[in-house]
Amino acid sequence: MAASSKPRLSGMQKQVLALYREFLRAARSKAPEERTRIESLVSSEFHRNSSQVDRKNFLYIEYLLRRGKKQLDQLKSPDTVGLSSLNIEDSQTKRS
Amino acid sequence: MATALLRRAISRVPALSPAIFSRAHASAAEAQQVEPKAKSTTTPKTFQIYRWNPNSPQKPELQNYEIDLKECGPMILDALIKIKNEMDPTLTFRRSCREGICGSCAMNIDGRNGLACLTKISSGGPTMVTPLPHMFVIKDLVVDMTNFYNQYKSIEPWLKRKSEPSSPGKEILQSKEDRKKLDGMYECILCACCSTSCPSYWWNPKSYLGPAALLHANRWIMDSRDEYTKERLDAVNDEFKLYRCHTILNCAKACPKGLNPGMQIQNIKKLELTS
Repeated sequence: MAASSKPRLSGMQKQVLALYREFLRAARSKAPEERTRIESLVSSEFHRNSSQVDRKNFLYIEYLLRRGKKQLDQLKSPDTVGLSSLNIEDSQTKRS
Repeated sequence: MATALLRRAISRVPALSPAIFSRAHASAAEAQQVEPKAKSTTTPKTFQIYRWNPNSPQKPELQNYEIDLKECGPMILDALIKIKNEMDPTLTFRRSCREGICGSCAMNIDGRNGLACLTKISSGGPTMVTPLPHMFVIKDLVVDMTNFYNQYKSIEPWLKRKSEPSSPGKEILQSKEDRKKLDGMYECILCACCSTSCPSYWWNPKSYLGPAALLHANRWIMDSRDEYTKERLDAVNDEFKLYRCHTILNCAKACPKGLNPGMQIQNIKKLELTS
């Protein structure tokens, strides 16, 4: 059955996936080579957090969601041409 | 996550990290050496400061710092700067003018919203410093003000005219009486102390404009030079935007500039009835 193969998602998981989708949609409005760069950066950031962040640490996930929404708003603006990341020691800071 | 929710998770137990502890010892030893010269004894004071760092995802906690009031300025902000300079450089807070005109250092001190630079350090027991209530915390005492600023923007806080000024290139003049109507409103520095002390704003932060934005709405409604008074009144005439104000008047109690946003909101409500 199709229903058994699809896991039931919590509200927060849906929010994270929606944010990811919005990022990919926002990337579509940028130049082609920038778009692939944005997509790879965004997906690596989401994958990194999905493996590193404790799934019960709601406080932190909510914080990441708010931060992501803010970065998404910045990325959506037509003045923003691309996204780049900066590695400082082991912590990663993202700037758009 | 709102701070009020976070606060439940705070442990009241003094949580000194080993590094801080040893530093506190070092400064205490120094103070003892100076003591014979200064002759007077030290006045220790404990500050319990809300700490939360997004990079090390743990629950927020109150961290204790003990400082000597003899070696510190009179205001809370002096103590915070002293702690940041001498004890713990990771402590994060906003500050700029240190004289109550920029509104950056708004925080909750011993349960009251206020500017750290205008609040005296109380003698007596420990002082608790937390971020503004019911705001999203970015780090330690720094909160996310995006929603607050967007609400201010939504009331269009600039002069709007329909007709050309009588003498082009010159100021639009105003009588002294008309100017007096703006007293008690133009002084607002948008520190968000009032809005974040309002229970009504806590429950409807998205839909209710809050005391600060409404005070500024009234500032432009009352301005004799502004010609969009009717449109401005219609824009805020909303069950949520304006009428969530139930004259609790926490705003007037909290305002560090001594203004009364509640009274200005009453004025808008009065004008809504007559217009």
